[in-house]
Amino acid sequence: MIPLHDYLIVSALLFAIGLAGALTRRNAILVLVGIELMLNAANLNFIAFWRYSPDPEALTGIMFVIFSIAVAAAEAAVGLALIIAVYRHYKTVNLDQVDSLKG
Amino acid sequence: MQIAFAIIAALTLVSAIAAMSLRNLVHCALCLALAFAGLAAFYLQLGAAFAGWAQVLVYIGAVAILIVFAILLTRSGEGTPQPILSRSWGVGIAIAVLVFGVLAKAIMSSSLTSNSLLQKMPSKPEPTVHQIGDQLMTRYVLPLEIIGLLLTAAAIGAVIIAMKDAGKGQLTGPRAKATQMEIPPQSNNASSASHELEEVRS
Repeated sequence: MIPLHDYLIVSALLFAIGLAGALTRRNAILVLVGIELMLNAANLNFIAFWRYSPDPEALTGIMFVIFSIAVAAAEAAVGLALIIAVYRHYKTVNLDQVDSLKG
Repeated sequence: MQIAFAIIAALTLVSAIAAMSLRNLVHCALCLALAFAGLAAFYLQLGAAFAGWAQVLVYIGAVAILIVFAILLTRSGEGTPQPILSRSWGVGIAIAVLVFGVLAKAIMSSSLTSNSLLQKMPSKPEPTVHQIGDQLMTRYVLPLEIIGLLLTAAAIGAVIIAMKDAGKGQLTGPRAKATQMEIPPQSNNASSASHELEEVRS
């Protein structure tokens, strides 16, 4: 049987990969992808803790993951719309060039 | 069980690394869909069938396709000769490694690894969709309503943000000429609005 901390280590690795991508890539879309990976790592933690909890009948972890997936979908839609608006203005999504708030 | 876990973990982590490090962004999006599929397999393996299929529907079906659309709309699918990493990539990698080190140390030194109760799953029947729907309609009905409101607001907000801002004044650059041709029909509104403003002031 797989112990709980194996899932937690996989989740921590996934979080670190997402964080590295979000901090190092130049393209704004890839930064958003890294944020999605971090959100998914948190979801995996929720499901694993729910499954190994002494009272899985409460369904708390599953409910949290369902709401988290809905919030992540909303976040992806708004984030990609912002990236498209930024691209229309600057003609680039390179984050090293998009460095001023003034229009 | 161990072998399935190892295969799914390797698939998820390798495709996540590929999604974060490949040069061609369309390949990145496909690897991202693969990583989401691996996570859905994890959920199914842990007995959360509803969350697993919701993951497939929402992430592989919607978010990955949305990302492909954004890549194509911003024309970043064509490879550029520029470096793909930003200038401060060393700091980013260092922070990520540090975060993983702290997390792994916290997990390994906690009582999760020594507590024998947490070494194997408690055996229980899988939650049915009926149970989940029942909980959503009774105990979690307020979060459900709030999520519905949030999704509506996010959909409207995404459309408004991504909409072309034609008709706004004070545009500079090459698009200003195109919008200035639309100004004469709007000047009536503008002058009447300023007229009303003066009336209010007086």
